Amino acid sequence: MAVEVDTARAPDTPIWLDSRYRAIFFQLVLLVLVVGFGAYIFHNTYVNLERRGIASGFAFLGSTAGFDIIMHLVPYQASSSYGQALLVGLLNTLVVAAVGVVLATIVGFVMGVARLSRNWLIARLAAVYIEVIRNIPLLLQIIFWYLVLGKSTPSPRQSIDVGGAVFLNNRGLYMPAPVFQEGFWLTPVAFVVAVVASIFVYRWARARQMATGQQFPILWTSLGLIFGLPLLALLVTGVPFSLDFPKLQGFNFQGGMVLIPEFVSLAFALVVYTGAFIAENVRAGIMAVSHGQTEASYALGLRPGPTLRLVIIPQAMRVIIPPLTSQYLNLTKNSSLATAIAYPDLVAVFAGTVLNQTGQAVECIAITMAVYLTTSLTTSVFMNWFNTKMALKER
Amino acid sequence: MTTALDAGQKADLPPPAATVGVIGWLRENLFSSWFNALLTLFALWILYLSIPPLIQWALIDAIWTGSEAQDCKLPDGSRKEGACWIYIKAWIGGYAYGLYPYDLRWRVDLAAVLVIVMFAPLAIKRLPYKTVYGVAVILLYPVVAYMMFSGFVEFPPGAPEASTHPWRVVPTDKWGGLALTLLIASVGIIASLPLGILLALGRRSAMPIVSTFSVLFIELWRGVPLITVLFMSSVMLPLFLPEGVNFDKLLRALIGVTLFSAAYMAEVVRGGLQAIPKGQYEAAQALGLNYAKMMALIVLPQALRYVIPSIVNTFIGLFKDTTLVAIIGMFDLLGAIQLGNADPKWLGFAIEGYAFAALLYFVFCFSMSRYSLRLERKLHTGHKKT
Repeated sequence: MAVEVDTARAPDTPIWLDSRYRAIFFQLVLLVLVVGFGAYIFHNTYVNLERRGIASGFAFLGSTAGFDIIMHLVPYQASSSYGQALLVGLLNTLVVAAVGVVLATIVGFVMGVARLSRNWLIARLAAVYIEVIRNIPLLLQIIFWYLVLGKSTPSPRQSIDVGGAVFLNNRGLYMPAPVFQEGFWLTPVAFVVAVVASIFVYRWARARQMATGQQFPILWTSLGLIFGLPLLALLVTGVPFSLDFPKLQGFNFQGGMVLIPEFVSLAFALVVYTGAFIAENVRAGIMAVSHGQTEASYALGLRPGPTLRLVIIPQAMRVIIPPLTSQYLNLTKNSSLATAIAYPDLVAVFAGTVLNQTGQAVECIAITMAVYLTTSLTTSVFMNWFNTKMALKER
Repeated sequence: MTTALDAGQKADLPPPAATVGVIGWLRENLFSSWFNALLTLFALWILYLSIPPLIQWALIDAIWTGSEAQDCKLPDGSRKEGACWIYIKAWIGGYAYGLYPYDLRWRVDLAAVLVIVMFAPLAIKRLPYKTVYGVAVILLYPVVAYMMFSGFVEFPPGAPEASTHPWRVVPTDKWGGLALTLLIASVGIIASLPLGILLALGRRSAMPIVSTFSVLFIELWRGVPLITVLFMSSVMLPLFLPEGVNFDKLLRALIGVTLFSAAYMAEVVRGGLQAIPKGQYEAAQALGLNYAKMMALIVLPQALRYVIPSIVNTFIGLFKDTTLVAIIGMFDLLGAIQLGNADPKWLGFAIEGYAFAALLYFVFCFSMSRYSLRLERKLHTGHKKT
């Protein structure tokens, strides 16, 4: 609701008392001030850079980086370019954010429901978790878990061994890595086909239920499709992949997949911290659905399970989704605290190492900010779309 | 209480033993179904795993007496099992003041006492000229506090008094500890409030250019993490200024924090503005008030009152976020803790340091959030929709 200014004026009002002309005048002044301030800053920056002999522009992205990054999802070595370092940092940020979002949602929903549990002890435990975690700075938690992980895990030779395949030591968490062979492509294709098919089954089943009232076991069909079809494809093509197990060689493990301790402690801290906030949102959402809804649903003969699934959750989700979006965004932005424990995320790699090496402060900070801004805006656009879809449809 | 009973009538039986008292409560709250009982056992198991070792470490095995790191170590040089609280005792001054000169710490204490003395009268309900006094104190106190922290007598380097004078200048890179944390958080919140109000008004303005700029500003700062803002303020701000002009590091960080929290504050204030019914605006206009008067006298007083709890919550967030200045090399509470952990005399006791910091932050933030809840209940009486 914008404040409307009455625009009608008596014919003899002088022009400087007319709100329309005043509005234009104020906006012009503001525009001049902002543009002038921008030009001033631009000029200063230009002069300063000139004086320090720093060439501006993004040409440095092509030159050799010359430093190594401890975790990279795409091929990278010291001879790669700054542009590739940017990509590595960005992917590291996205990976920790994606893992964090998924796990924090699970933790948050479990804890939020636990907080409302009729079981006194469980409710209290959840409350203590939420209050303690929410009131301690995230940075402190990240540093703390990193320290604890580094202290309490043994050296590679004394690794904690889980079934001879997974090893935990102070260099990280080692897991077997899948090695794909010829013909594996059919499995992901089968997965996509299964997902699409489930969507069609869901639509068909809904239409049929609307028309005839007959129900169809959508959940089990979809699960069967989504797990069964890729498995079938895998068996048909003759299981075309093998596992590369980590092996102790000399002082460290070789082969397999490794999650570096920085990643583990960062992801853990982010999940625990954001989970506590999500739990509060979930609690608020569930409490926003009045008890009358539950009673009405029981009165209609629905059992507790369907009541929760069909009546409570859809209504609670409407309240939960908007704050949940901002928690996801917070988590993504908070992942930048990785720089404190030297996890090579976007900020640590690009606004840290690259900036210090090249001195291209303006470009590095601008790119970093632009990436976060794009991520934030994309997420909020998507979540807004989702929110409109879930919103109350008033007819 | 016995009442006469008619023939054939029996006295009421007492309720079943399993529904009252401790057993009744247990059955009701912990063992109402097999699933609930399972959950209870699970919770008890978690408690059993976490609480006894924690108490053992923090209280029973802890070392409380002594003064040197040697007191926390076994003869072979490895550390003892329990928490070494004497490390905290030795460093508590460092945590509170950071690198601030030892003989001048009283100045920080004085600033802390002054804040209480100057703001205490505001707690009196019917103080005459309360608003005037409040505004005056809020404007005056930062100046006073700056004088206390920084000092005002400057000496040329090498002068004999340069390291003894009680009011000698202490450069900002020596400020630190909890004092710095509180300073950054309060400056951030106080400076960002007016800026946030302006931005919120701008965002809701009918003038397209004003609202566009406000939206751009708000979304830009809200879309990026604070750490990039701090990096920007420490690396890019010097480039923005003309030659010869230079801000010190603390001021740059404060500017970054203020701009950042102003964007969040703007959204909080906007929430308050949206809660004010349109009739209030119309009534103000009908009385002939212009825009400034309408906002200052009618709309903002109601809107701000509405969002006081949210402002407190923003403050809590900012208080926690001040830890980030440790990343750009300042010694706030977290920075001071890390300083202590790197002290060669006390190596190996970092866990205690962080645990203590966590406790301090928790006490501060938790009490503030309780306060905000109380405010919410107090302010919402009569406002609550029924």
